[in-house]
Amino acid sequence: MSIPVLLFASYADAFGTRRLIAPVGAPCDVASLVESLRALPGGSRLPAQPLVALNRKWAAADATIQAGDEVALIPPVAGG
Amino acid sequence: MADVSGSGASALRSAADDASTADDRATGVRHVAIVSDVIDITALLAQVADAGIGATSLFLGTVRDVNDGRAVTGIEYEAYETMAEDEMRAIAEEACLAVPGLLVAVVHRVGTLQVGEVSVAIAAAHARRAPAVDSARTIIEALKQRVPIWKQEHYMDGDRAWVDPIAVGGQRGVQR
Repeated sequence: MSIPVLLFASYADAFGTRRLIAPVGAPCDVASLVESLRALPGGSRLPAQPLVALNRKWAAADATIQAGDEVALIPPVAGG
Repeated sequence: MADVSGSGASALRSAADDASTADDRATGVRHVAIVSDVIDITALLAQVADAGIGATSLFLGTVRDVNDGRAVTGIEYEAYETMAEDEMRAIAEEACLAVPGLLVAVVHRVGTLQVGEVSVAIAAAHARRAPAVDSARTIIEALKQRVPIWKQEHYMDGDRAWVDPIAVGGQRGVQR
């Protein structure tokens, strides 16, 4: 099952899109998803451990992504 | 036959809104929103008005004209809106749970803002001044650390750059 990933701000600029399909299938863990994204054009601009949200909640590197989860790659936040 | 017309749907939506409002009032969270228009400060203050309130602290974040020595003409704010609202609500709820009697309203604006415009407004109200002032500070600090909102500064020379607090501060959470 493919995993759509939402991208914002500097990460959307890096990948040149606001939404992409990760080259890895669900279920998988967050760390594996991030490594798969690193292999895509623009992926080398990701930091060592980018923040990820699953279903609008912060997710740890070992959290499991299930088919249908809302996955977002979160750049360093800078609100206020 | 179930009523799936506009009036039926709107009755359902209205019932859901009422439930949400009741929950929020139980914790003192009066209003949380991401908006794209000018923040109405008077309306925000009215959200936390109550006969038992003796002190209201209002925090406003505004766009300033210089950052790290570069002349700034404006800032574009972007949010992961659904998560940002959830996270702002969680922060407001935590503040209210920590301080019984606290009333909170939080609004963050997105889009392109000019120098001097308000990007974030927080109203924290309590019977006493110390909890009101302290809670406004607690909420803005948590918001800057946890809420998925980003800003791209527009500079006088035409350049643009996403603000990265980690790169600037050396580690996550360091204040600029």
